[in-house]
Amino acid sequence: MIEKALKGEPRYYMWIVFLLGIIGVGFGCWLYQINVGLGITGMGRDISWGVYIAQFTYLVGVAASAVMIVIPLYLHNYRKYAKIIVFGEFLAIAAVTMCMLFIVVDIGQPQRMLNVLLHPTPNSILFWDMCVLVGYLTINIIVGYNCLLAEASHRPHPGWLTPFIYLSIPWAVSIHTVTAFLYAGLPGRHLWLTAVMAPRFLASAFASGPALLIIVLLIISRVSKFDPGRDALQTIAKTVCYAMIINLFLVGMEFFTAFYSNIPGHMHPLQYLFVGLHGHGKLVAWMWAAAPFAAIGVLLLLIPPARRHHGILAFACASVFIACWIDKGVALVIGGFIPNPFDRIVEYSATFPEISITLAIWGIGALILTVLHKVAVTIREEEAAT
Amino acid sequence: MSMNRREFIKIAGLSTLFGLGGKGAFELLRPGTLDAAVHHGEEHAPEEPAEAAIRWGMVIDVEKCSEPGVVDKCIKACHSTHNIPDFGNSKNQVKWLWRDDYEHTFAGNENEYMDDHVKELPFLCLCNHCDEPPCVRVCPTKATFKRPDGVVAMDYHRCIGCRFCMAACPYGSRSFNWFDPRKALNEKEFNMEFPTRMRGVVEKCNFCVERLAQDKLPACVEAAPQALFFGNLADPDSNVRQILRKRSSMRRKLELGTKPSVFYLV
Repeated sequence: MIEKALKGEPRYYMWIVFLLGIIGVGFGCWLYQINVGLGITGMGRDISWGVYIAQFTYLVGVAASAVMIVIPLYLHNYRKYAKIIVFGEFLAIAAVTMCMLFIVVDIGQPQRMLNVLLHPTPNSILFWDMCVLVGYLTINIIVGYNCLLAEASHRPHPGWLTPFIYLSIPWAVSIHTVTAFLYAGLPGRHLWLTAVMAPRFLASAFASGPALLIIVLLIISRVSKFDPGRDALQTIAKTVCYAMIINLFLVGMEFFTAFYSNIPGHMHPLQYLFVGLHGHGKLVAWMWAAAPFAAIGVLLLLIPPARRHHGILAFACASVFIACWIDKGVALVIGGFIPNPFDRIVEYSATFPEISITLAIWGIGALILTVLHKVAVTIREEEAAT
Repeated sequence: MSMNRREFIKIAGLSTLFGLGGKGAFELLRPGTLDAAVHHGEEHAPEEPAEAAIRWGMVIDVEKCSEPGVVDKCIKACHSTHNIPDFGNSKNQVKWLWRDDYEHTFAGNENEYMDDHVKELPFLCLCNHCDEPPCVRVCPTKATFKRPDGVVAMDYHRCIGCRFCMAACPYGSRSFNWFDPRKALNEKEFNMEFPTRMRGVVEKCNFCVERLAQDKLPACVEAAPQALFFGNLADPDSNVRQILRKRSSMRRKLELGTKPSVFYLV
């Protein structure tokens, strides 16, 4: 099966080489980080988690979003998703792999990582996060691979797989809920101490993940003979639109609670993010970039003629993806540490090695996605040819 | 660290043979048992849980800390006892015991009409050794844990450096070794009795457990006995309880329910 990923057009190879180049640079930086210490990043005693954990958080959502394809197909028998389900599952595999790599590069003693399993600690949310992520990766590998095998031999998927497919639905919800609990249960970090953290995580995940899937499918339909189907794309686009509106609604809830209650601790991080606090405002520009991206994305997806135009659809999905990324992949984690427990503001900016390592892990994810999708596309092309 | 009575007596006996005996050994193995035994006699003591017998706490007389040199002496004693690295910048700084002002130490709870004099006093900050420590709750490997005597301790060899505890601590009392701490040590003041740490693990004030085990007071308390008081909060007659009865005190961020065991007298 995997041999289908080895044969391709020159531009396919060029893309792979490009990704390997990015991965190579980041790998070099990671060796440097391993040898010198995490001090080479922008993190410090006040902002003790940075861009790595933020990417991890964002990508857990992307991984969980496969469920937005699984539910219509397997629970409601929406057959138009039958052709694209493996693309969603493979996206989940790539995303979970990236999540795990971001944890590995973030922790100070990665060689001791198995301590989490050797000394299981049920009161730690991180222990549960490790369990659910490993479980989700396993389920998606089993389901994705067997669905593809079945498809290649023109048979329905084997009956024993169905329980795994059903299991993947609550499991997907669990990975992002548990990831939200990492933040939402900490006393004294006001931006994170909110009951809508998990719902908001799920809403932004179900917007950004399917948005990425649409973009990937549009690219695939350009570079190959595979057609994901117009209706399928339109239905995913509606999912993105609804989820993003719910996400923005929940963001509004945060603002109301913080500013109507007028509790300084709750207002400060939001003020820091959107208008700056005590003269510090490194993230303000990011937030005011995210806001129009979110608004434009939702607006374009709401207007049917705009949504039906594939160019506009791609733009709208990219807008939603970027807006969610700024929210979760930049602002949420860093904003949570500002101001610090002494009510002082220490700002954070990522360093070059840190950004290289981050890009390398995104590169590894893209590589996994490319290879898996190449296999899936080739099988479909062969099918169409016969 | 659970052991039955037989094991305890065996180890206690052996350590006495090797000259390690005395109250210190008792405190190390089963903190509080000795006091319990003394108070209740042999009949009830050992089978009962001993955790309530000792609850270490600290009282800081901030007014006394403002006398010249006191705070520096405490910090220096702590740093040289525990081989604390100095990276020379605030981003990578490792802090066990440090000074801050009233407004920031009590951020969110500060009384703006407090006397200006108080606003200029030096407040010593350290791990609060909470009764309900969030850092212990979140640690995925039990590398940080609460001892029966209330001390929140660290196992530097088990810590994976995930820094979840740093996000969870509402007091900013935890530090990560962003670089190799051994390269940032002052060799002249090196203490061979206490281990150095490695890069990539979290550390913090340990209430001088290694000194408590030898029946000594924490290094900072020893350095400024007129300003810092250390004792058993579980004993109504202890020095700290007597002070807390007589004088009004403050603790940091009580509203979070962490129940700190460091008290400030102003």
